[in-house]
Amino acid sequence: MKTLLVAEFREGKLRVEYSQLIAFAQELGAESAMFLVGSPDELPRFDGTLYLADVNSYGEYNPAVHKQLLLDVIAKEQPETIVFHHSSYGWDLAPRIAIALKAAQISEVVAIEDGKPVVPVCNAKLRRTITSRTPQTVLTLQAGAFGMDEEPSGTPSVVQIDTDTTGTVLCSGYEAAKTEGVDLSKTEVIVSAGRGLGKPENIAMVHALAKVLRGEYGASRPVVDAGWVEHNRQIGTTGNTVTPRLYIACGISGAIQHLAGMKKSDFIVAINTDKDAPIGEVADVFVVADVKQFLPVLTEKLQNL
Amino acid sequence: MNILICIKQVPDMESKFKVNAQGNWYDRADLAWRMNEYDEYAVEQAVRLKEQVGEADLTVLCVGPDQVKETMKKALAMGCDRGVHIADNDSCMREPFAIATMIADFARDKQFDIIFTGMQSQDRGSAQVGVMIAELLNISAVTTIVEFAYDNGTISVKRELEGGSKALVTVTAPVVLTCQLGLNTPRYPTLPNIMKAKKKEMLTIAAATDEQGRQETAAFYFPQRKGGGLVLEGDPPELADKLIQLLKEKTGALA
Ligand SMILES: Cc1cc2nc3c(=O)[nH]c(=O)nc-3n(C[C@H](O)[C@H](O)[C@H](O)COP(=O)(O)OP(=O)(O)OC[C@H]3O[C@@H](n4cnc5c(N)ncnc54)[C@H](O)[C@@H]3O)c2cc1C
Ligand SMILES: Nc1ncnc2c1ncn2[C@@H]1O[C@H](COP(=O)(O)O)[C@@H](O)[C@H]1O
Repeated sequence: MKTLLVAEFREGKLRVEYSQLIAFAQELGAESAMFLVGSPDELPRFDGTLYLADVNSYGEYNPAVHKQLLLDVIAKEQPETIVFHHSSYGWDLAPRIAIALKAAQISEVVAIEDGKPVVPVCNAKLRRTITSRTPQTVLTLQAGAFGMDEEPSGTPSVVQIDTDTTGTVLCSGYEAAKTEGVDLSKTEVIVSAGRGLGKPENIAMVHALAKVLRGEYGASRPVVDAGWVEHNRQIGTTGNTVTPRLYIACGISGAIQHLAGMKKSDFIVAINTDKDAPIGEVADVFVVADVKQFLPVLTEKLQNL
Repeated sequence: MNILICIKQVPDMESKFKVNAQGNWYDRADLAWRMNEYDEYAVEQAVRLKEQVGEADLTVLCVGPDQVKETMKKALAMGCDRGVHIADNDSCMREPFAIATMIADFARDKQFDIIFTGMQSQDRGSAQVGVMIAELLNISAVTTIVEFAYDNGTISVKRELEGGSKALVTVTAPVVLTCQLGLNTPRYPTLPNIMKAKKKEMLTIAAATDEQGRQETAAFYFPQRKGGGLVLEGDPPELADKLIQLLKEKTGALA
């Protein structure tokens, strides 16, 4: 089998996650080539052909142009699978390629079972294994689902590619994430608030528990989006990645984007009314309880220790 | 301006799910249904745009069985002008390409300036339908928007990237925009608007469904819990004592 791996370049840098694409190809036992709109000064470590377009000419986000560059390579290589990250670049470009190739697209692959991709359903509560019926298949891989034991190595043989297609959108720059203030990356205990807290006044319960544990509080995204907690305390793919000794998730379902930010914590406690909540997949202790009743009791008992 | 908003009806994610008899999707019985969270942002943004420009016509579209009209009414109560229901009892089984094809076929001759969709649906979660609609219509698409501004024909959006930084992107109509969480704060429909929504036009059209699937579900199941996790149940004081004991034994947090 032949795969084409689509690596990424963003905010002036090669995204090192490309090693996950290689790990995936290895798991499939597939022969692979790589595609990148990037820079010759920063090449991925990879033994194989790298089709490289110059990011200075074609931009980091320029879907119509990247699509054409990629379609030209696909026409030449004839890969059976085209593999993207399930990322802001991948989920934007992959469906464009799937439509052009009349190929099945399978999104957010978390594993391969009997040669077939597995994807999450319903906020990762369920799983689905999919059979593609088309000669070519477009896949996007969940961040972190595939990994290599060692750092990638090798030197690609670079094939420079070009196109005269023009874009239909203009990406004029970037706005940095707001990170000023608290640094959760070095905190030993984090108590995080999720939507299960119900209303902004209840966030005080999370503050109180964090305080008796001499830790900091964090939050899931909806709690931050709603303005109950500041953005610099958001945990997850679009917030902070943390590795405290103790992480307590209060009323947080455990969506993949949240887990990505906290699953490497040493000890994880989940407090949730829904026993099937996917946070259970990473929790060392799962307390089935209403946070609004449980947190005040726990905090008081800890105070009296 | 002519605007289309695509919404999906999904179960409440806190529901107790069961695998259906065919073993290829969840059982739809006994679930509470609501608007896909991402699509609420899409509806809100369209309504705000209409409030800004004055002259705009908002069509909300949903593919699904009859029951989706309940969810569409919410979009009408939020401020959409009319509903188009593509009646399809099997929509839950259809792959994103099939859904996108139905929507694109409807939209093709209607000259929509902007098509808003959610970035993904909460149940299927493919993040494909929006971009596929754009590709089938051969128009631009920008995904994962967290900010939107319209000024005299120019659409400026911010796309959210990993780590929380944003890309500043400008584009002109016609365009599909896929909406990310936090784009705005969706309004709650007021009672007068809920009443008014009942009188708004709701057109039902039959789904053309001869599409040959490009993929199919081979297995559908609950994931295995990665072992080791302890589940505690009981009343709060008892649970708190057990948890404190575990924290003492297993972590240095109480030292
Ligand atoms: C591209 C992208 C990036 C994202 N980035 C992030 C990110 O960085 N961080 C992030 O967190 N999310 C992120 N998300 C959103 C993510 O997918 C989820 O929507 C979000 O994490 C859900 O937050 P939550 O668990 O607080 O809310 P919900 O999913 O609504 O879960 C609430 C939980 O609380 C429980 N509950 C309800 N009431 C109670 C009660 N009284 N007591 C106890 N438990 C209760 C429920 O059972 C449920 O499990 C991102 C999504 C996308 C698409
Ligand atoms: N059945 C449907 N009817 C209308 N719009 C839909 C439907 N399914 C998906 N969409 C739209 O496409 C977006 C992405 O869905 P998905 O590709 O399933 O993740 C959703 O947020 C909706 O805006």
